[in-house]
Amino acid sequence: MQKQAIFQSKLLPYALVAPQLAIVLIFFYWPALQAVIQSFLLQDAFGLSTSFVWFENYVELFKDPAYFAAVVRTFFFSFAIAISSLSFALLLAVMADKPLRGSMLYRTLLIWPYAVAPPVVGVLWIFMLHPSLGVISRYLRAAGVDWNPLLDGNQAAGLIILAAAWKQISYNFLFFLAGLQAIPKSVFEAAAIDGARPMRRFWTVTFPLLSPTIFFLLVVNIVYAFFDTFGIIDTMTRGGPGTSTVTLVYKVYSDGLLGGNLGSSAAQSVVLMIMVIVLTGIQFRFVERKVTY
Amino acid sequence: MANVTLRNVRKTYTGGFEAIKGVNVDVADGQFCVLVGPSGCGKSTLLRMVAGLETVTGGEIDIGGRVVNQIEPADRDIAMVFQNYALYPHMSVYNNMAYGLRNRGMAEAEIKTRVEEAARVLELSAMLERKPRQLSGGQRQRVAMGRAIVRQPKVFLFDEPLSNLDAKLRIAMRVEIRKLQRRLNTTSIYVTHDQLEAMTLADILVVMNGGQVEQVGNPLAIYEKPATTFVASFIGAPPMNLMSTRPDEIKSQLDGAADEAGIVGIRPEDFAITDQTPAGGVALPLTVEAIERVGAETFVYGSREQEDQRVAATPGELPPGEVIVRIPGTDAPAIGQKIRVAAVRPKLHLFSGDGRTRIEA
Repeated sequence: MQKQAIFQSKLLPYALVAPQLAIVLIFFYWPALQAVIQSFLLQDAFGLSTSFVWFENYVELFKDPAYFAAVVRTFFFSFAIAISSLSFALLLAVMADKPLRGSMLYRTLLIWPYAVAPPVVGVLWIFMLHPSLGVISRYLRAAGVDWNPLLDGNQAAGLIILAAAWKQISYNFLFFLAGLQAIPKSVFEAAAIDGARPMRRFWTVTFPLLSPTIFFLLVVNIVYAFFDTFGIIDTMTRGGPGTSTVTLVYKVYSDGLLGGNLGSSAAQSVVLMIMVIVLTGIQFRFVERKVTY
Repeated sequence: MANVTLRNVRKTYTGGFEAIKGVNVDVADGQFCVLVGPSGCGKSTLLRMVAGLETVTGGEIDIGGRVVNQIEPADRDIAMVFQNYALYPHMSVYNNMAYGLRNRGMAEAEIKTRVEEAARVLELSAMLERKPRQLSGGQRQRVAMGRAIVRQPKVFLFDEPLSNLDAKLRIAMRVEIRKLQRRLNTTSIYVTHDQLEAMTLADILVVMNGGQVEQVGNPLAIYEKPATTFVASFIGAPPMNLMSTRPDEIKSQLDGAADEAGIVGIRPEDFAITDQTPAGGVALPLTVEAIERVGAETFVYGSREQEDQRVAATPGELPPGEVIVRIPGTDAPAIGQKIRVAAVRPKLHLFSGDGRTRIEA
């Protein structure tokens, strides 16, 4: 369906899109351009001289084992967050879809965490799992677990994944619930009469019919884990201990703003920008393909 | 093969709403039973209770000599055809039909034989690899039928299976379903709100209203001797004319029978335009208000000279004082013309004043 508006004046349409364009230009294209330019420059430690170094920042970056480690870590985090968040949200959605008393109440409660800002999520989980302050930490230690995410990199990584996945469950839950409710009840009833037990019914009917939703959410969750976990990491671990929770986005921040290596930080931003473009492209393709089964 | 018996079956929802108020029906082995009634009368709920999709809060449902109240749908040995067909959209036609057999661990070779046989009967052989969305409404309906028959269940359950089809296809599929059921000789329960479908399909017809059974029996017997005014006006189109016996105009003609009866019913086709007054029958002077010519017959809508009071509420009810007369051919009086119609005594249906009881004169 094509919608065409006819304007009397040639200038009016330009005037109407101008505010939006101005915002995008000032807050996205201008900084992006700055980053691209910065990524080709090298500054001395005191900021006294700047020289144009072509791709040296990129070459250094790709040779740096710490960067490579951050790439691997980011992908691991993303998949761990996406998979755990998706599977738990799906479980909750399947439960909440059943006709139970008070379903509106717990559906609302399940959606609430989405309204919590990532840094707040970080703080909440710290209160529960901080080695000396945390409520749960006491029980963990009492149970004989050597719980100290401030020193143990794997525990810190687990903590980040836990908090980030928890935050995203609400969003996934909402989409899964909508997806489940879009499937006619009679299809499940037909499967029940056809002799499929609940587990088999889930894997042969519910899951395939939700696959478009699952693909869409997988992309959204990976993008989230890539870019939106900064607040959680910054409040919970600040990338530590060591570099065990430094993701690509956090590395841009710590190398540039904390480490003062603006050239490398800019080069990293440009790499990230390219990743965003690719992921967004994939996302659009999935959103537009409405029926995939 | 099995008979289905409902003994005082009740359904009360947690809010206290009573959807089914004690239903007794006995469907013999191989019979085609049709549940008919207006929307909200509980017929679909009753069918879903037989299927095991709704819990039974009172009474017993017996399939083939086994009380199934507490048995899972899968283990009741029934197959159901849904109104929206409920096909699995991600599976091919073949897999849609094979799904129920695979779940029961049948060998692939046997599944193939059964599905192909069903596809041949239903003329679906050429489209076994297609997905439901690539099929027309009628084809989807046949896949839903196929999914039911490959299982070779004890009982078929149909929940308004034809209501999503266009009028022509509906008649064709109606005949197909009847032929198929006769050949397989499987006990069937069929829910519809279409009284024509009900009349043509049923061996045993169950007319329901407000969660209760109004009448059970052979469709023609019900047509000829409706037990209540509800049945009288629900079965048959256009509906039976129901009039109060109180106005002197009718009372005087009924010679005594009117004392007991409060309502007299006359089917539109039982009226004739005549000047004679049959003994014990009813004759009415009418003013023609409207004429409907449908080809083989003509419906004449007339108003009575005397305003009539409304009789016990019924579906498809005519405004008080209006009468439908059905006459063969296309010769009809002109609008505004005054005519006189009469029905003979054996064609009168007499009911008590509340419409709940039939009075045999």
